[in-house]
Amino acid sequence: MLDDFINQFWPSTVDGLSLGAIYALLALGYTMVYGVLRLINFAHADIFMVGTFAALWTVRSLGVSDVGGIALVGVVALTGLVAGAVAGGGAMLLEMGAYRPLRKRGASRLAALISAIGASIFIQQLFGTVIIHRVFGTSKEGGKLPVNEHFKKLQTVVDVGPIQITNDKLIVFLGSILMMIALDQFVNRTKLGRGIRSTAQDPETAVLMGVNIDRIVSMTFLVGGIMAGVAAALYFLRFEQTNYFVGFLLGIKAFTAAVLGGIGNIRGALVGGFVLGLLEMYGSSFFGSEWRDVVAFSVLILVLMFRPTGILGESLQQARA
Amino acid sequence: MNLSKNAEGARRGPGLSLDALRHWWAGAPGWARWVVYLLLIVVGVLLPSESIGSFMAPSGADWPSMLSSQIAIYVLLALGLNVVVGMAGLLDLGYVAFYAVGGYTIAIFATKYDWSFWQTLVLAIAFSALAGVILGAPTLRLRGDYLAIVTLGFGEIVKKTANNSSYVNGPRGVQGIPHPPTLSEFEIGGVQPLKYGLLDSRPYYYLLLAFIIVAIIFVRRLDKSRVGRAWASIREDEDAAELMGVPTFKFKLAAFAIGAAIGGSGGVVFASQQTSITPPNFDFLVSALILAGVVLGGSGNIPGVMLGAFVVAWLPERFRGLQDYRMLIFGAVLVLMMIFRPEGLWPSRQRKAELAEGTGGMGGLGAEVPGPGQAEAAAEVGK
Repeated sequence: MLDDFINQFWPSTVDGLSLGAIYALLALGYTMVYGVLRLINFAHADIFMVGTFAALWTVRSLGVSDVGGIALVGVVALTGLVAGAVAGGGAMLLEMGAYRPLRKRGASRLAALISAIGASIFIQQLFGTVIIHRVFGTSKEGGKLPVNEHFKKLQTVVDVGPIQITNDKLIVFLGSILMMIALDQFVNRTKLGRGIRSTAQDPETAVLMGVNIDRIVSMTFLVGGIMAGVAAALYFLRFEQTNYFVGFLLGIKAFTAAVLGGIGNIRGALVGGFVLGLLEMYGSSFFGSEWRDVVAFSVLILVLMFRPTGILGESLQQARA
Repeated sequence: MNLSKNAEGARRGPGLSLDALRHWWAGAPGWARWVVYLLLIVVGVLLPSESIGSFMAPSGADWPSMLSSQIAIYVLLALGLNVVVGMAGLLDLGYVAFYAVGGYTIAIFATKYDWSFWQTLVLAIAFSALAGVILGAPTLRLRGDYLAIVTLGFGEIVKKTANNSSYVNGPRGVQGIPHPPTLSEFEIGGVQPLKYGLLDSRPYYYLLLAFIIVAIIFVRRLDKSRVGRAWASIREDEDAAELMGVPTFKFKLAAFAIGAAIGGSGGVVFASQQTSITPPNFDFLVSALILAGVVLGGSGNIPGVMLGAFVVAWLPERFRGLQDYRMLIFGAVLVLMMIFRPEGLWPSRQRKAELAEGTGGMGGLGAEVPGPGQAEAAAEVGK
């Protein structure tokens, strides 16, 4: 146990960071929607799933294989763009279809949660029974795709000091950091970002100050969806495969990461994502990989026992606790 | 609450006749209530009959086994979850964990130590209540959605642990769980209601019906007592309740333990009827569906919750003919139901008023601004 842990320390750190980067990007979507609507958007995981299929579609259309080096970065950037656009649009549609009507009717948060679960089942099944079959021409059974035939990356190893990192993990890590910086700047510097923050803090006053709430909510879903799409493209780069239920466990983990860092707090999502990714990898090298989910959720419970509002606290919505 | 007046009127319209019925019920004399209760029990007893089954079940499906293995179990679980979510206002997304504790208790004790069904039932109820306390004690100080994610995590921990433990055969699960011992062979109308076996699933239905009736009486008595009032006060405003001297933590823990015990008893019957359980039986989807049943029916209202659980369990089974598309349609139906009846199919009077106020126990959505409808709703509450 301990020997495994020590032997595996650097590889699991690298794995943990690249996994944590994906968690963090996905957690941003949860945390922003939660900050503005106080809703656990269960269907966000399925928006991510939609993103992975957009990435798959892009790679297939490009018809590239055996790419490496700079070309790989280009391919990833392009898939990220397409997946981000598709997932962002999907998230906006989701908000209009499943949440806005409830909001207009003054439904309780519990009703919205059930609507989210319903939407999640719907999107998942839509892909599982119709879209994958029609667009990608695979059998209806399973929904697992033989994507390896269509997209192969060339792995090269980069040495950073004593650590060896494969190029895909490096791209995942750097790409997500780039997106997080962009998002942080967007929320803190732009007018729309200020609108999002003010709505999260006090929607009534925000309306009085001339903020168009519907637009802000739409934008929040769009931005969250874009993040999920980019996360999906990076996920696809790393694992080269997807299926229609890929989002489920990843979504739960990402939401866990958001809560771990302090929900509603954008930097908290980042911290939570990396902490969760690292702990999961250390945990699986220590106890065996079949226990990694148990480790992740146990850590969540432990952290919340001592810090009931997460590691960084819930700054985005502190004012309306 | 950007409700325009028209939308408000349209929503209240069809509810009028139901409201009249409610008013009558609220003032109905004791004997009338007992007559209704007896009628309902008769309906419950006659439910597995062929003539109802031919409509309720798609051709080829066995209606009594659908009733016992799906619908009645979901109704029982929804009654338990309703204590936690509907009455105490705590969001539990990992309710399936207690169901799993019940199922695995009988799996272990009946196959490894040869305990009988009734012995394990008592033990399973104790264990699942204990699991509720173990989960609740450290986490019930958390508020709202933090509790939700912690319970969700707990559900996954239980499932994964069962999946990884060779003691319970990991992913292969436990087989050969015994049926309950036959109590008597007496026959009525072609059914032997106390003879449990593989062939006839109706005895299980009657067993679950008995469980459901006991659970209803138990939960209703609690709800009308000091405990129920304490839960309502916690649901509405936890800080105010605490200040008024309600020991909120104690009552929340009690709600958790009671809900867990009911869930555990459901798990025992499920395991003994199926004779085998595997970890995927205790998926997150079960938690989500039962919660959907509770909210869909009208969280907090016992008949509503039962109706909701019935709908959630029955719809996908009834429309098996649609094959792959049934879950697709089911997801869309969930969204539509929440859009058109956000307060649930059959909310209690009190909850309806709360929801009209936009606070409904767990509060409204965040980006929501009170509109002109609010004053109207407040006046409605005062009536």
